[in-house]
Amino acid sequence: MERELRLMKGNEAVAEAAIRAGADGYFGYPITPQSEILEYLMEARPYQTTGMVVLQAESEIAAINMVYGGAACGKRVMTTSSSPGISLKQEGITYIAGAELPCLIVNVVRGGPGLGTIQPAQSDYFQAVKGGGHGDYHLIVLAPASVQEMADFVGLGFDLAFRYRNPVMILSDGAIGQMMEKVYLSPQKERSKEVPEWATTGKPPTRERNIITSLDLDPRAQEVFNQKLIAKYDEIREKEVRYEEFQCQDAEYLLVAYGTSARVCQKSVQLARAEGLRVGLLRPITLFPFPTVRIRELADQVKGMMSVEMSAGQMVEDVMLAANGKVPVVHFGRMGGIVTTPDEVVENLKSKILRV
Amino acid sequence: MAEITGIKEIIRPENLVYKRTKVMTDSILSYCPGCGHGTAHRILAEIIDEEGLQSETIGVSPVGCAVLMYNFLDIDCQEAAHGRAPAVATGIKRLLPDKFVFTYQGDGDLAAIGTAETIHTCNRGENILMIFINNGIYGMTGGQMAPTTIPGMRSSTSPYGRDVKIMGNPLKMTDIVATLPGTYYVTRQSVHTPANVRKTKKAMRKAVQYQKLNRGTCFIEIVSNCPSGWKMTPVESNKWMEENMFPYYPLGDLKIPAEESV
Repeated sequence: MERELRLMKGNEAVAEAAIRAGADGYFGYPITPQSEILEYLMEARPYQTTGMVVLQAESEIAAINMVYGGAACGKRVMTTSSSPGISLKQEGITYIAGAELPCLIVNVVRGGPGLGTIQPAQSDYFQAVKGGGHGDYHLIVLAPASVQEMADFVGLGFDLAFRYRNPVMILSDGAIGQMMEKVYLSPQKERSKEVPEWATTGKPPTRERNIITSLDLDPRAQEVFNQKLIAKYDEIREKEVRYEEFQCQDAEYLLVAYGTSARVCQKSVQLARAEGLRVGLLRPITLFPFPTVRIRELADQVKGMMSVEMSAGQMVEDVMLAANGKVPVVHFGRMGGIVTTPDEVVENLKSKILRV
Repeated sequence: MAEITGIKEIIRPENLVYKRTKVMTDSILSYCPGCGHGTAHRILAEIIDEEGLQSETIGVSPVGCAVLMYNFLDIDCQEAAHGRAPAVATGIKRLLPDKFVFTYQGDGDLAAIGTAETIHTCNRGENILMIFINNGIYGMTGGQMAPTTIPGMRSSTSPYGRDVKIMGNPLKMTDIVATLPGTYYVTRQSVHTPANVRKTKKAMRKAVQYQKLNRGTCFIEIVSNCPSGWKMTPVESNKWMEENMFPYYPLGDLKIPAEESV
């Protein structure tokens, strides 16, 4: 079946891709800059076609807990929000991680802290990648840099979530959510009829009851569970790292950037190379697991690295850990909802790394 | 040997007036002696068994004394975050609309931290049963003041009695949800006497049958005791409950289906 070409906003692409990926349910709450996802789904009425449930919850907290309930029934369920709303969801997200439930969460990031701004930012990196809620856990974090990836990562996200019984987050931003690009949409997938063995669907006489919980009052049992989670995260680190390299073969200087910043940095690489500077770009596609190994390899090749983020400097800490002191690693970023320009990146590379 | 044989002779089907509930597990209840939770669990388990719903039931346990409910009921169960059980149950019921879905929550869970989820779930008219155990106290954390602690009642965070001028008023959540268009059947019961147990069981059976009709949320409050938290013997606590809780939370139906009120 041929893929369909459309011009869409990133947010609309997420919504359409969810229907086409055979999602069973969406639970959301309006917040700028991602309300188009809920609006699109309400207009599309997939409950009349694929049977996908769409419900506007009374809060982000309720929405993520509806996701918990649906996910625990073995269904492909998701929620979307933007930064302040994602903060509200953190309680639910840590319970989902603790109960080992698969689900998809999309964060169309806006500037913070607090109510911040409605303009794009990348200042939720720590929250997405390091846990976000309480306790030792990780999300699998995918960072789209185009409307196409907004669509593609929905299906990928569900697949990874079910493969590892782990919540997956698409960490986007207001720019990618709002901008329009052409996007190839996958054909409609049927909703899965498979019922995972752990799902709570009513206990038949043929099996023991299924219990979905993140509680264990026995410290030894809880530690065994923590170790099980660590083993899962290690497997994810080993198998699921995704990244893209742009002119890294002969690079003497490396930019590391994801999402919107990576789009900007592609242009910066061209500008720098026009000036005779051999600059390359590594774009992490998965932020957890992080492309640590590849960055460590590149640390043997380049003279310095600059992490470019629309934040005060968050991913730069992971770049530093990867480079492990072999080369200088600096950060450059704009904040408050301001998108970095390609020129600024080159200027800062020169002043911070080349010292010219 | 002779004695044992004698007991075996007594244990004959025609002599049995009481038996273990099939839908309850062999796990030892974590509830304090004299607490109403065990009775409420048993009633629910009997109804699930008698209505043949074990394979159709998904329960949601709260954070509170009933947090380990899934250890005691032999059904598929999900443990929700504090106060979020109605949202979790909404997710379950929307995705599996033919299943019997219930939440089982205490007063802190349902009427304080989960107020928004309770009201909106009832207002949307989710086809679930919400069981609300109201003992006027946070039992599991050691007897703190609850949203339903009555005026003057002592707790570890209202040691001189609840002063409504400082601490605010108790919340009659069941009265509130009875006013919402989404609720179908709202009742307040207790489980402290055999007669009340029978009434509660009758209410529970109605709620189970109503869920099949898809007409909205069924809500059963069970006013219950907390001997440990109230620092009374079980008998004292039941007497105190009758004298002090029931005047504030009167037992009876708050909302019955229109077709039955004719």
